[in-house]
Amino acid sequence: MTGAGAPVAIGVDVGSTTCKAVVVDRAGAILRHRVEPTHPRTEQQTTRILDELRLAVGCELPIGATGYGRKRVPGATKVLTEITCHARGAFSRVKRAVVLVDMGGQDTKIVRIGPGGDVADFAMNDKCAAGTGRFLEVILGRLQVPFDEVSAHVARARRSVPVSSTCTVFAESEVISLVAQGEELEGILRGLHESLAKRVAALAGVLPADARIVMSGGVALNAAMVDALGAALRREVSVLPDPQLVGALGAALSAS
Amino acid sequence: MSSTRRRVEYEIVKRLVGPALMQVDHAQRRVKSLRKRAAKPAGPFGPPLESVRKLKELMTRHYLEGRYADGAVPVAWVTSGFPVEVLRPLGYHAVYPENHAALCGVQRVVPHLSEATEEVGYARDLCSYARTDIGSVMLQETPVGRLPKPDLLCCCTNICQTVLYWYRSLAAHFQVPLVLIDPPFVYGEAKPHHRQFVRDQLDELLVVAARVAKRRAPSMDEIVGVTKLAREGTRLWGECLAESRNKPAPWTGIDGFFHIAPIVTLRGTAECNAYYRQLRDELRHRVAQGIGGVREEKHRLLWDNLPIWFDVRGMSTLLAEHGFNFVCTSYTNAWAEAGSRIDPADPLGSAVFAYTDIILNQDLGKRFGTLARLAEEYSCDGAVLHSDRSCKPYSIGQLDLKQRLAKQLDIKVMVLEADHGDPRAYAVEQGHGRLTAFMESFS
Repeated sequence: MTGAGAPVAIGVDVGSTTCKAVVVDRAGAILRHRVEPTHPRTEQQTTRILDELRLAVGCELPIGATGYGRKRVPGATKVLTEITCHARGAFSRVKRAVVLVDMGGQDTKIVRIGPGGDVADFAMNDKCAAGTGRFLEVILGRLQVPFDEVSAHVARARRSVPVSSTCTVFAESEVISLVAQGEELEGILRGLHESLAKRVAALAGVLPADARIVMSGGVALNAAMVDALGAALRREVSVLPDPQLVGALGAALSAS
Repeated sequence: MSSTRRRVEYEIVKRLVGPALMQVDHAQRRVKSLRKRAAKPAGPFGPPLESVRKLKELMTRHYLEGRYADGAVPVAWVTSGFPVEVLRPLGYHAVYPENHAALCGVQRVVPHLSEATEEVGYARDLCSYARTDIGSVMLQETPVGRLPKPDLLCCCTNICQTVLYWYRSLAAHFQVPLVLIDPPFVYGEAKPHHRQFVRDQLDELLVVAARVAKRRAPSMDEIVGVTKLAREGTRLWGECLAESRNKPAPWTGIDGFFHIAPIVTLRGTAECNAYYRQLRDELRHRVAQGIGGVREEKHRLLWDNLPIWFDVRGMSTLLAEHGFNFVCTSYTNAWAEAGSRIDPADPLGSAVFAYTDIILNQDLGKRFGTLARLAEEYSCDGAVLHSDRSCKPYSIGQLDLKQRLAKQLDIKVMVLEADHGDPRAYAVEQGHGRLTAFMESFS
């Protein structure tokens, strides 16, 4: 428990990689949460998670659903896209106009949030996993580096080894070639992060000079990615609290 | 088979079989309509348009006649932006491969036909219309039964350069002449020497088309007659579209994508004009009755570029469920604008203007002007710019257009990446997700 208020709503974010659920109070504090790898049988998984959360809080609550599996959340009273929910979740935390970068498993979203919390504009990667969490997942898997150790590896890099391709498939073979050429692992990882960050920065386009950048999504837990993105955008990037839960938080707030 | 016998068959199909089949179809519908009273709203949509029946009849007859046209009358395969008015007096049956490919898109046979084209070496990056029609020719497969073999290929590059290479391939395959109208791209206003260049090509077209048809060149009176019909048809089509300036719009922009078929394929014929008179009157009646294309119209959008033919139903339902309607599209509007410059008093001189100054042959500033004017005239509060993988001339510059429209008109604008024909280049779930997020941003 991170807050003391009474629970008012549940939010479920069924993403391509992980399934997230939160219980929130009226002030938007997250009282309980769950994060699990997304199961192919979404309805069974979300039913179980919802039952557990209801049991824990001891009451029925309205349910907001978002993410790719949002239409398969039983009993959802509000079904909204990730763009809207991430924007609501982020705005509840910062309460000002920001540019949100959400790097999830399947797509990366750039959402321009207005001063009232409205979605002023958005951009997403299209039909391609380049620039997403999946990209990192595949490459880290190939290099046998656990996700929670990647930042430390990048910090140890003496130099960056450029990885020119941001296509997941081509980058994987490029990385294999670099390893075969004897390049150090740390340098390759730094190069990968820089390559990925440049791809996201290109998606963001030209940002207003005073734009404040905040980040959500599971990839935001990777400090090396946050640093690389800040360097690519040439400005500070703040990570929202509980970045992986921002979509679920927005869904819960929309349902409350 | 002798040309006389072929001509007799063609005339029988045209004058007897086609109308008879339509009468049977009418009778069957009448029986059905006795059971159901009036057309009822379907889901989030308003009642279906009565004119759809006539549209189906018109296009079915067109393709039915086409099956028997080669060997009976001269046949021309024509690009959508070609000055067809010159061919009509010579008795040509005009086939529009782009319209045929759109039909294949709706029927979802594009991947099958495209794969045949790709297997012989054409790139998958080529326009899906071209891949579809080349595949259809190679496999001799089409959802319309049969396309008549062309005697003449008529290509106008005012829509893109791809058509030139596409039609060259067709010319090599069919071993028939290809006539080219190649209007220079217009920055600002076309110069007099540009117009003379196009005029010279039109004069050459008259000679070649007459020679291939084995007829004398059409008289000016004959060309004026067809030109009058084309101008009238264009005006009527424009009037149909303009009814959507009313709130609610009496039909959807997606309806418009289907009802555009006659002005593309039958422009310059009396049947085309009679159809649009009927459609216009029905739309005016719906406006008077307050009947909308969408049952609860909350937001009005502008659509830029060709439709996503294989997803028009899914997309229009998604939009209608949220109370959104594409009340105008730059694509359907193009056929109302281009022909408005046709002047029967100077048919060839005005054709130069009409076919040079079309939206895809103009600079980005003019395209922006057209989109901004449409958004204002139709009271749009948003716009969707379809970045069409198969139509780069239409898609280039859309990121700039998006920013300018959003800034200068203070409306919400999104770019949707898709393809007008090939479902392999489009992710439905992602596309609908983006559209849904866009619609949510209005609340």
